[in-house]
Amino acid sequence: MSHEYDSIAALRDALTARKVSATELATGALQAAQAHASLNAFLHIDPELTLAQARAADAQLAAGQAGALAGVPIAHKDVFVTQGWRTTAASKMLENYTSPFDATVVSRLAQAGAVSIGKLNCDEFAMGSGNENSAFGPACNPWNVSHVPGGSSGGSAAAVAAGIVPATTGTDTGGSVRQPAALCGVSGIKPTYGTVSRFGMIAFGSSLDQAGPVARHAKDLLELLDTMSGFDERDSTSLEFCDGVANAPGRIRSEFNDAVARFDANGAKPLQGLRIGVPTEFFNEGLSADVGAAVEAALQQYEALGATRVSISLPRTKLSIPAYYVIAPAEASSNLSRYDGVRYGYRTPSYTDLADMTSRSRAEGFGQEVIRRIMVGTYVLCHGYYDAYYLQAQRVRRMIANDFQQAFAGQCDVIMGPVTPTVAKRIGDNRDDPTADWLADIYTLGVSLAGLPAASIPCGFGGADASLPVGLQIIGNYFREGQVLAVADRFQQATDWHQRKPELK
Amino acid sequence: MAITQDDVTRVARLARIALSESDSQTMQTELNGILGLIEELQAVDTAGIEPMAHPLSAHQDIALRLRDDQPLPTQSAGQRDALMTNAPAQTEGLFLVPTVIE
Repeated sequence: MSHEYDSIAALRDALTARKVSATELATGALQAAQAHASLNAFLHIDPELTLAQARAADAQLAAGQAGALAGVPIAHKDVFVTQGWRTTAASKMLENYTSPFDATVVSRLAQAGAVSIGKLNCDEFAMGSGNENSAFGPACNPWNVSHVPGGSSGGSAAAVAAGIVPATTGTDTGGSVRQPAALCGVSGIKPTYGTVSRFGMIAFGSSLDQAGPVARHAKDLLELLDTMSGFDERDSTSLEFCDGVANAPGRIRSEFNDAVARFDANGAKPLQGLRIGVPTEFFNEGLSADVGAAVEAALQQYEALGATRVSISLPRTKLSIPAYYVIAPAEASSNLSRYDGVRYGYRTPSYTDLADMTSRSRAEGFGQEVIRRIMVGTYVLCHGYYDAYYLQAQRVRRMIANDFQQAFAGQCDVIMGPVTPTVAKRIGDNRDDPTADWLADIYTLGVSLAGLPAASIPCGFGGADASLPVGLQIIGNYFREGQVLAVADRFQQATDWHQRKPELK
Repeated sequence: MAITQDDVTRVARLARIALSESDSQTMQTELNGILGLIEELQAVDTAGIEPMAHPLSAHQDIALRLRDDQPLPTQSAGQRDALMTNAPAQTEGLFLVPTVIE
């Protein structure tokens, strides 16, 4: 089984030395997925498709022509379209949808030899923070199955935490990679907007959506992210250059290696000279004491590694909630207008005419949260409200982005703070209050609105008997994914939070 | 400014979502709650601030790439069939919908 190996690098060594085969790893991961089926982390598994990929990876390895990830078991969030495996976005609307093509993220990882174990549960159309909005039932947190794994990439985080696969893909619109990674005690990163292609990634909020990986180690995140990222002409937001450097595999790895070399040269205080900005607004009255204590301990660990702590202000942190919950629903209402019951997706069995067919298909095919957001989005885009809500939210968005730029301009190199105000809630909590979960997105939304890269790494435990994981958020300036991951990696060399594993029955 | 039942009906029609009467009542309550949450934006002085449509515009001049406005023809009948297999109703390369014109 894959989790006998500590990292993707260790897996690669074992595969290259032919100590283990891709087929053995894939079979082990498929068995682990089945053994932990009660987590509901996977939505679609097809052993034949998986084993065909594994055999191809074994052939590459035997021929000495293996890609960087040849034989490494992974799994994809079910918002990436895949040929073969069904793609549902965890929605009844797409229950029977099979894509005629692969998403760019999927094909890039497949070309590198990664073997897909299947498709992962998530919130419907990636809208949610607990994976409870899946049409196929909630996924569970491996640390305590009566708690949520976070969302929307809940299955992505749960599958890694449970040791089923060493890495998964996710998507992050307002925190959907970082928040589940934090709540499941694993690592995740959302890269800079425009660095990873969104071709074949089912759209939610187009000015916000980015793909990102989940894994145990920051170094494993690097393995996936460096392979996933790169210019793609089929995504109009895909960047050709990042600050003058070609947006291509190797860019992030190169920056990571440079940072590691600098840290190594510093000797006993590897992070000497690194200024960590700590926003006072991230430690407000809403932060629970257990999460605050774990994050504070992590900051002290960073100081012990030589970094300097600088107090900074992101004064519009609270405004990121209303700004995001205008912009994201507005874009969702536009993106989801494509589901009309005509070209693909669910069609109601009974209707009178074309308009009735579309309206009923959408009412029956979409879940409550998706309908709620489409309604909010449609409202704020209405004639008469557009300026007051949508344009005003976009102005506030720029002020939020400028606040980050001011901090990075002279005060700090990275920004750190909590990912979530609390540890994972129980499944079913807040069911009667649709906006309660929205408020808990406060520490992740600003980064998404600004398009910045940010990671979450495990930094402790909280909740009853200190049994649920806490995440530390590390925010970098534009295109500094390599630096963020190197800073995360240095913490993980000094701590073992990321290696803690839940006891699963 | 509270959202009325008429507003809910109008927005549901624009969004092409068929809401039952009870769904519509619930939606009205929920939308008013959400409106309370986003109302906070109105108090912010944003005079002179340019709306931000693309997040990287905080960092660099950015324009979306455009491609030539030319159709990409389906290369083969087989590919067209593959694209259409997900349609709820189709025949001979056409999507079927209820009769629009009698």
